[in-house]
Amino acid sequence: MDISFLQVLWFILISILWLGYFVLEGFDFGVGMLIRAVGRNDPERRAVIHSIGPVWDGNEVWLLVAGGATFAAFPEWYATLFSGFYLALFLILGALIVRGVAFEFWGKRDDPTWRSRWEWALIIGSALPALLWGVGWANIVHGVPIGADGEFTGTLFDLLNPYALVGGLATLSIFLAHGAIFLALKTKGEIAVRARAIAVRATPAAAGIGTGFLAWTLIDQADRGGVQAVSAILAVGAAGALIAAAVLARRSDAQAFGATTAGIVLLFCALFTDLYPNAMVSSTDPAFNLTLTAASSSDYTLTVMTVVAVVLVPLVLLYQGWTYWVFRHRVGAEDFGDVRTPLDLLDRHARAEASDEPRATP
Amino acid sequence: MTSLDLARWQFGITTVYHFLFVPLTIGLAVYVAYMQTRWYRTGDERWLRATKFWGKLMLISFALGVVTGIVQEFQFGMNWSNYSRYVGDIFGAPLAMEGLAAFFVESTFLGLWLFGWGRLPKKIHLACIWAVAGSTALSAFFILAANSWMQHPVGYEMVDGKPELTNIAAVLFNNTAIYAFAHTLLAALITASLVIISVSAYHLVRERETELHLGVLRRAFPVLAVAALVTVIVGHFNGVLMTKQQPMKMAAADAVFETTQGAGLSLFATGDFKQNPEGLNRNVEIPNVLSFITTGYPRGEIEGINDLNAEYQAKYGPGEYAPIVAVAYWSWRAMLGVGMLAFLIGAVGWWFAHRGKLKDSKRFLKWMVPAAALPFIANSAGWIFTEMGRQPWVVFGLLKTSDANSPSVSTAEVLITLIGFTLLYGVLAVIAGKIFFQKAKSGPDPEDTTEKKEDEPDLALAY
Repeated sequence: MDISFLQVLWFILISILWLGYFVLEGFDFGVGMLIRAVGRNDPERRAVIHSIGPVWDGNEVWLLVAGGATFAAFPEWYATLFSGFYLALFLILGALIVRGVAFEFWGKRDDPTWRSRWEWALIIGSALPALLWGVGWANIVHGVPIGADGEFTGTLFDLLNPYALVGGLATLSIFLAHGAIFLALKTKGEIAVRARAIAVRATPAAAGIGTGFLAWTLIDQADRGGVQAVSAILAVGAAGALIAAAVLARRSDAQAFGATTAGIVLLFCALFTDLYPNAMVSSTDPAFNLTLTAASSSDYTLTVMTVVAVVLVPLVLLYQGWTYWVFRHRVGAEDFGDVRTPLDLLDRHARAEASDEPRATP
Repeated sequence: MTSLDLARWQFGITTVYHFLFVPLTIGLAVYVAYMQTRWYRTGDERWLRATKFWGKLMLISFALGVVTGIVQEFQFGMNWSNYSRYVGDIFGAPLAMEGLAAFFVESTFLGLWLFGWGRLPKKIHLACIWAVAGSTALSAFFILAANSWMQHPVGYEMVDGKPELTNIAAVLFNNTAIYAFAHTLLAALITASLVIISVSAYHLVRERETELHLGVLRRAFPVLAVAALVTVIVGHFNGVLMTKQQPMKMAAADAVFETTQGAGLSLFATGDFKQNPEGLNRNVEIPNVLSFITTGYPRGEIEGINDLNAEYQAKYGPGEYAPIVAVAYWSWRAMLGVGMLAFLIGAVGWWFAHRGKLKDSKRFLKWMVPAAALPFIANSAGWIFTEMGRQPWVVFGLLKTSDANSPSVSTAEVLITLIGFTLLYGVLAVIAGKIFFQKAKSGPDPEDTTEKKEDEPDLALAY
């Protein structure tokens, strides 16, 4: 059976949901990993948390919707992938839970032990998914043991192959760099200086590992179907964007952030096109590949979901975009320092007045 | 234990746990939105402080609901891949809609509300909390539509041995789903009301912030009384519908083994402790009441478990088609009992409030403090009844639970995740519980006397 228009459309839509997730939660992960490195005291760390505070939860919903959309549009893909990558997903879920409550709990008690515990929860809860999403997607593209019945036949250790681990290191380092640049862009004062210093070092490393991973992907894909030429062009573009980010990190935060964003988008686009027209690749036998056509829901379901997505996705982009606009100004430790004397307060107001940042009118 | 048993335990534990927070969050969001509206309209500082106090408590519940919700969406694929393959054409759609229509709104506007104090215009800021309240309720609608399809499959046809969606409106507006939605929203209001009553009563007994807490209490009691009364009415029609759609569940809930005309409502019964004891040892009942509430006639016929079992065996093949009778029987009673008690509490409190005696009814208020536990018992019992009462089916009449789990996942793997989630959830419950009690006990923050510039962001609620 040939692939239908709606099936292609939904593969693209699900890809977009993943892209949105990786671009947005990518910097959340980076910021989370850097909380102790960039913030040296409580007000600074609070500023780091506040740089993503209003948006991190909305960013994570991209993952939930990517999962839900995969279930709705390609149930066989959802079933094989989620039951196959069982323990890896368990680790990701555990990490996301710990990370999510860390935001909420961190400030609830004024106690250094309490705070440092939740900071570490945030660091590990950010680093582990950043690594494992790369491992997971590398495996999806590379192929995993899948039998004739479409069931995963391997174990967690099959997922920890060298190629996939390089993929994991690539996403880990790229998200770290992406987050460092985001912090440099979004904060002021010493934390911005520290974040920039980390970005200058982390971005070239990310570009190196990312390029290595992409090169391996190109070599690896030679004997499989897929829109390979397009995938190769995208991979070259991704490597280019990452290298550009490494150069730009020294010059302009905004441009560097644009470049890491482009790098993440192009890298995953290269993987998605490499995967197409499959949903899962079987390393056991290419005949057992799960194609999008075989994994798909009925035409009717895809039509219903298309209507829903066409109406709602633009709205989501609109109000999420608005959130970023409302919280566009930089945050700094001085916004969270304790006001001990009236002098501090005067000082704070003077600074607020002197700053030329635009504020939302009340 | 087999991997199927472990997967079922995991679903039970993670779902009941998730649902401790969901109704509390939905209900509190409505209350907080109401409080902020009062402040917006009257300018009364007390309502502002009540908004912030209850907003903080809502956030703790919200955070736990959100993080445990991800597990809910993922575990269909992880532990129940055969189920996912079988129902994906239908079940995935409301799940994806829930994300697109509700979760995005909820998370984005919660962020705006939390960090937007003093930064957004007051009217827009108020609209944000109403958006949060509306979207949490909307998410309940979609997930209940999905669940109701498992209770009462509609809008599909069988193609190659699998159900295929033919009518999305039938799935979303399934009569089962409409009742479940009303029932759940009312339960959410009851839950939040009782928690609010408990905490406010705690402070009133100690004569702290009397005016603020009285203001909240005066409104929470009528809400509780009305919500509980409507729940009983909705629950009644829900029960009648369920008797038609899933007669076995109702028969098990009332431990009716043989088909009876003019069946009595059992108040207390014992039987042999096994899945389907096929009869009762002791039974205390009120004559004819069960027939009356489920059919509308005192002499109405109630189909018994044993007869239904024989009927299903003829229809679906050999096997046991009764759920664990004791679980269905007692969970149903726990839910109903709490519902009645909630109505009583609401009515008495309302009466005290009406007579202006709430403040002085110290003994009544003292009793209200532990009453916060009640709705959580009823909510858990309600879902345990709904889900375990449907067994052996996962999708009624179409797919058995024993055919639904993941063949590629080993027993050891399910055991690892079961232990992992249970430990993690346990630790979080202790931490979140401590923080919740601490914040609830310490009460609203004192009035803010520091002078603030008009456009300075207020971070009282932010992390």
